Amino acid sequence: MSTRLAKGGRLIDRSASQEFTFNGKRLKGYKGDTLAAALLANDQMLVGRSFKYHRPRGIVAAGPEEPNALVNLGRGGRFEPNQRTTTTELFDGLEATSQNHWPSLEYDVGVVNNYVARFLPAGFYYKTFIHPRPFWKHVFEPVIRQSAGLGKAPKDRDADRYEQAYAFCDLLVVGGGVAGLHAALVAGRSGARVIVLEQTAIWGGRAPVDAEVIDGKPAGDWVEAAVAELAAMPNVTLKIRTMGAGVYDHGYVLADEKVADHTPGDGRPKHRLWRIRAGKILTATGAIERPLSFAGNDIPGVMLAASVRDYVVNYAVSPGDRTVVVTNNDDAYRTAIALVEAGLSVPAIIDARANVTGELPAKARALGIRIEAGRGVAKVLGGKRVTGVSICLQAGEGAVVDEIACDAIAMSGGWSPVVHLYSHCGGKLVWDTVSAHFRPDAAKPPINHDGGAMVYAAGIANGAMTTAAALADADTQARAALQALGIAAKSGNVPQADIVTEAAMEAVWIMPQGAGPALKAKMWLDYQNDVKVSDVQLAAREGYESVEHTKRYTTLGMATDQGKLSNINGLAVLAQALNEDIPQVGTTTFRPPYTPVTLGALAGEARGDIFQPLRRTPIHGWHEQHAAYFEPVGLWRRPYTFPRSGETHAQAVHREVLNTRTNVGMLDASTLGKIIVKGPDAGRFLDMLYTGVMSTLPVGKCRYGLMCNEQGFLSDDGVVARIDEDTWLCHTTSGGADRIHAWMEDWLQCEWWDWKVYTANVTEQYAQVAIVGPKARQLLEKLGGMDVSREALPFMQWADGTLGGFPVRVYRISFSGELSYEIAVPASHGLAFWEACQKAGADLGVMPYGTEALHIMRAEKGFIMIGDETDGTVIPQDLNLDWAISKKKEDFLGKRGQQRNHLASPDRWKLVGFEALDGSVIPDGAYVVDAGLNANGQRNVQGRITSTYFSPTLKKGIAMGLLKHGPKRMGEVVEFGTVKNGVKGTLKARVVDPVFYDKDGEKQNV
Amino acid sequence: MLILECPYCGVKAEETELSPGYEAHLKRFGPGSTDEEFESYMFARKNPKGVHFERWRHAYGCGKWFLAARCTATLEVFGTYPAQSSEPPADLVAKIKAKRPDWKGYK
Amino acid sequence: MSEPVSALGGASFTGFANVREIGPLGMVTLRAKDVAGLADAVKAVTGTALPATRRIEVAGDCACAWMSPDEYLLVVPYAQAGAAIATLNAALKGQHFLAADVSDARAVFRVEGDKAAQALAKLSPVDFAALQPGELRRTRAAQVAAAFWQQGNGYTVVCFRSVGKYVFDLLSSSAMPGSELA
Ligand SMILES: [Zn+2]
Repeated sequence: MSTRLAKGGRLIDRSASQEFTFNGKRLKGYKGDTLAAALLANDQMLVGRSFKYHRPRGIVAAGPEEPNALVNLGRGGRFEPNQRTTTTELFDGLEATSQNHWPSLEYDVGVVNNYVARFLPAGFYYKTFIHPRPFWKHVFEPVIRQSAGLGKAPKDRDADRYEQAYAFCDLLVVGGGVAGLHAALVAGRSGARVIVLEQTAIWGGRAPVDAEVIDGKPAGDWVEAAVAELAAMPNVTLKIRTMGAGVYDHGYVLADEKVADHTPGDGRPKHRLWRIRAGKILTATGAIERPLSFAGNDIPGVMLAASVRDYVVNYAVSPGDRTVVVTNNDDAYRTAIALVEAGLSVPAIIDARANVTGELPAKARALGIRIEAGRGVAKVLGGKRVTGVSICLQAGEGAVVDEIACDAIAMSGGWSPVVHLYSHCGGKLVWDTVSAHFRPDAAKPPINHDGGAMVYAAGIANGAMTTAAALADADTQARAALQALGIAAKSGNVPQADIVTEAAMEAVWIMPQGAGPALKAKMWLDYQNDVKVSDVQLAAREGYESVEHTKRYTTLGMATDQGKLSNINGLAVLAQALNEDIPQVGTTTFRPPYTPVTLGALAGEARGDIFQPLRRTPIHGWHEQHAAYFEPVGLWRRPYTFPRSGETHAQAVHREVLNTRTNVGMLDASTLGKIIVKGPDAGRFLDMLYTGVMSTLPVGKCRYGLMCNEQGFLSDDGVVARIDEDTWLCHTTSGGADRIHAWMEDWLQCEWWDWKVYTANVTEQYAQVAIVGPKARQLLEKLGGMDVSREALPFMQWADGTLGGFPVRVYRISFSGELSYEIAVPASHGLAFWEACQKAGADLGVMPYGTEALHIMRAEKGFIMIGDETDGTVIPQDLNLDWAISKKKEDFLGKRGQQRNHLASPDRWKLVGFEALDGSVIPDGAYVVDAGLNANGQRNVQGRITSTYFSPTLKKGIAMGLLKHGPKRMGEVVEFGTVKNGVKGTLKARVVDPVFYDKDGEKQNV
Repeated sequence: MLILECPYCGVKAEETELSPGYEAHLKRFGPGSTDEEFESYMFARKNPKGVHFERWRHAYGCGKWFLAARCTATLEVFGTYPAQSSEPPADLVAKIKAKRPDWKGYK
Repeated sequence: MSEPVSALGGASFTGFANVREIGPLGMVTLRAKDVAGLADAVKAVTGTALPATRRIEVAGDCACAWMSPDEYLLVVPYAQAGAAIATLNAALKGQHFLAADVSDARAVFRVEGDKAAQALAKLSPVDFAALQPGELRRTRAAQVAAAFWQQGNGYTVVCFRSVGKYVFDLLSSSAMPGSELA
C-alpha cells in the first residue's frame, strides 16, 4: 500500500493538516502536498479509468506529464474537469471526484470495452465513423459516446474572474530549476530586464530532490540563495505558479498564472494570462522521464522512477512498501537508494543493460539491493493494483525466470528534454543517440524579427543531462542570448555541481526485446488515450507511415498529453515497425499550449458587460428608460422600436410609422457617420471618392452621394454638405464612419499623397436628432431661435443657428419622404436637446421611433439601404442610381471596375418593387424563379427580394428586389419560391415601381 | 504575433495595434486601362514564400499607413518605411539583397 | 442652454487604483504640417510649445499632444474650445489646415495611485516601464482605441465617448482590489 512516512518530506508542513474529499471520502493531507501526494498518502492509488477501455488507472508521475490522475475539482460555479492531481496544490476543503467511470470508480461497466478490445484497435474512430454499420450505429456507438470522453463540461456559469496582463522583458526564462535560476542570475547581474517563470509553487526543480551539491552546499541552499538574490534585483521579476504555455512570433509568449487555484473564492482572479513580449526566450524546462513498454505497465502501482523519488523526498509518501525498480539507466538507482534510505524495501533493481557499472549502482549494491542485470519485466502481476512482477531476459522473448512480489514498480526508460517551447515556433530538433532523445538543434532555432535566434534552450532541456553540465550550459546559453540582445554580460563563475559519474543508458523500446503479440497488446504507450505497442504496429501495417498520420490514426499523444509521456516510445515503435531510424521517422509537431489553459483565462476580462464594447449615443440612457427594444448596428445599440405596454413589436413599429407620417416623430440619428473633409484639393478628392460630383455643390447645400470600391460595387451612401469654400461634411451610414474614414485616409496617404486634403472623423462630436413628419416645422418653431421656413431653409440645404437655446446645425434632408430636419447638436447637450424636443412636441403628438419604422418608411419611398439592397456584388446602376453617377468625370473610384463586361451587361438584375397579388408580405430573400433547372437540378432564378415589409401606411405588403431586366417588366406577374413549415410553395407578385408612397416627392418639399 | 515599427511615430507596435493592407507598390489602373492591366491591379498578387512588401496601417496609433518588407516564411522583418514611397528605399533593398542573395527584387 | 454633460456624468471607482471620469474638457483636433505660424498659434491657444513626436506639452489646464505627423490634440477648458478654434482659424488663415472641435466626442478618465500602471497594463500592449514622462501613447484598451499619458499620480486616459462606459468598466475591472500585478 501507499502511505505517509513517519518523518521527512521536504515540502510539507506537518503542523498544517488539511482536509479534503475524494469521491465524497474525507481524507487528510498537509500543507505543501499536491493532491496526488495526499491521495497516495491515503492509499488512494486508483484514481480514474482510461479513455477507451476504462482500465483502472493509477498515479504514474509527479508533474504535468501525468496522464491518468485527472479529476473533477470543485462544484457548481467552480467545477472544473480534467485537473491534474500531480500539479494541483492541496488546500483545506478541496473536493475532488474521479472521472471516466460509471457507476463508480471501483465497479465500472465501461470495462466491458476491455473485452471488446478487439473491436477497438488503432483507427477505431476512423473506421467507426467512416463505415457506420448499423451494428455500431445503434448498439455500440451510443454506449461508447456515453462512456467516452474526458471529464464532463461544467454546466454553471464560472464563479471566478480571470484577467490578462502584458509584460515586457529582454530575457524571458522559462523554468525555475537550477539552470533557469543561474541563467536568470547571469542576465539579472548584467542589468537585463528578466522575467522568470516557474510552473510549480517551488523553485529549484529536481536538483534538491536528487540531493545534488552545488558550490559545496546542498542544492536546496543554493536555490534559496539564488532566489533571494534575484528577488532583490529591481530588473528581475519572479513568477511562480506560472506556466509558459506557448511561444509565438517575434518573442511573444503566453503564460498562464494560476493565481488563486489554491485559494478559491478569495476574491483574486483565478488565473491571469500573461502576454509577454521578450527580446529573447531561454527555455530551461528540464526533461520528462519516459516509461518502459512492458506488459501490464498500466496497472496502478507502476510509476515513473523519479516521480517515486519525488513522493518520498518531497512529501514523505511511499507509493509502496516493496518497490521493484526497472531501468535502462543509472538515474533510477537514485530512486532505489532514496527508498532504502527512507526505510522502505526494494526487492530488486531490474536493469535491462547487461553490464551495470557506475557510482550509483555501486552505492545500491553497498546498500544490499539485489541488481538483476540484463533482465526485463515479462509481465506485471495484479489488476487494480500491482501484486508482483515476473522477470525475464531482456534479450529473450519473455520466458519467466523469476517472480518477485511487490506493490509498486518504479520504471525509467531514460529522459526526454522538454522541447515543446523550442519547437512551437519552428525550432528544429536533433536525435541524440547517446541519450536516445530529441534535443534542440541550436543551428536551427526559431527565428526572431531580426532573423536571429528567438529561443535558447538551456540545461537539461538542451540535452545537458547532469546538474554540472546543465549549469555550465545555462551559463553559456544565457551569455549567448545577452550577446544577441546587445547587452554586455558581466563575468562570473559557473556554479560547480559535484559530479556523479553515470554509465551510459541503453535504449530500450520494448521489454523484452523479442516480446510476441500477446505481450505487445498489453504494453501501453499512451495511458490516457489507451494506445498500445500493438496499435502503433497495426497502424504501420495499415500504411500509416507518416508520424503525423499515425498520431491521428492511433490518437497517440493527443488530448492533454501532447507528446509529453508517450511521444518517443511511440516513435521508436513506429520506426522499428517501418524498419527505419527514429530521426528519419521524425517527431510530431508540438503545439501550444504546453499544458491546458482554461478558456476563462483566454477570454480574460471579456465577458458579461465587457464582452465587447457597446457604443452608446448620448441619448442611449433615455431610450433605456423608455423601454426601447435595441438592435445591434455595428457595435452601436439602436432602438428598434419603443413598445408601449401591451404592444407587440410589430404593433409598436406600425404606430411609430403612422404617427410620423401623420404628426411628428423623433429618431436618434447620432450614429450617422460625420466626416469633415477640408483643403484646396478636397473637392477634387470627393469627386474621386463619390460617383457623383461634389466639387460643384454650392456652399449651404446638400447632395446625396454614392461611394464604390475599386471593383465598382456600391459600398456606402450618404448626404454631403458643403460647409465653406474648402470644407465639406460627409455623412456615412451608421456603423460605416470608421470604415469610410479609413478608406479616405488610405487614398490620401497611399495614392494621392501630394493632394492637400485633411479629414477629421467627428461622428461622436454630435448628437443628431431627426424631427420628421408634417408637424416637424411646428415643433422646431416652438423651440424657436432660427428661421426654419421653406423659404429660409429649403429641402437639401443646411443652416447654423440655435433652437431652444442650443447651438445647432440643421440639415433639411429626408430619409422618410416626410418634411424632415436632421439637427446636429454637441453630444454633451444631446440628451437635453432631445428632451426639449419631446417637451415642445408633446401637444403635437410627438413620438420617438426606432430603426424598424425608419426602414419601413424608407422602403415605402423606394430608398435603398446599404446592406439590404447591396451585398458587395451590386453596382449603383443595378439600383437605377445612374442619376447619381457622373458621366462627365474621367475617373472615380469604381468607374473602371464598372466597365467590366459582366457589370456592364444589359442582363443584370435591377431594382424594382414587388407587390404580392394577395397583399401579403413576401418572405425576405425569396428568389424569383425562372423556367428550367440548373446543373444541380434546382429551379433557375431571375431575381430576389432585398427588402420586404408590411406597410402600415398602405396597409399591404411591399417589397424591393432585383430582377433580370426588371425596370422593363413593370406590371408583369412573377413567381417567388417559398418554404413554409418545411413545405415548398410559390407566391405570385406583380412587378411595380419601387416608390410606393408619394411618388412625386411633394411631402418632403413642403 | 508580429511587431512592426511604425516609421512615423516610432512605436514598435504589435499586430493587434495594426491593420493589414496586403501587397504594397501596386499601380492603380483606372478608366482607359486594358483588362489585363486592371486585372494586375485588382487581382494578381505575388504571394511569395520569402521577401514580401506589404501595407500596414498603425490603426490604433497614429493612423498612418506604412510599408513593410518581411519574409513570409521566417517572419523576419527587413524594414518599414512611409507609404509615400513609389519604391522601397535603396538601403532597404541593399539590406535584403545582402541577407537573401537569391531574391529577385520587389517588382 | 443646458450644462454640458460628460459621457458618464463623473463616474468613479475605488480599487487598487482609483478611476474617475473627468471632463468634459475642451478638445480641438488640429491637422497641419509645416504651416507658417503653427507654433505661435498653438502657443496662443494652449500656452505650450509644439510637442515633438509622441510627446504632450502641458501648461496648467491646457495641453498640446502630438497625435501623428500632421495632427495635434489641443486640450483647453471646455468653454474655451470655440475660442480656440477661432484663434487657430485667424492665425492660420489662408493656409492648409483643419481645426475641429472634438470636445464632446471624447470620454476622459484619470487612473490614479501608485499602481495605476498595473490597471492599464492589463488592457494595453504597452511597456509602461519604458513610457517616458510627457509621452502620449496611442494604442488600444482591450477592444477599443485609447490614448494615455502619465500625469501627476497616475494617468489620463482618453477614448471615444460612445465607448466611455466600456472603458470605465474595463478600468474598474482591472483595478479590482486583490488583482494587483505586483
Ligand atoms: Zn504610428
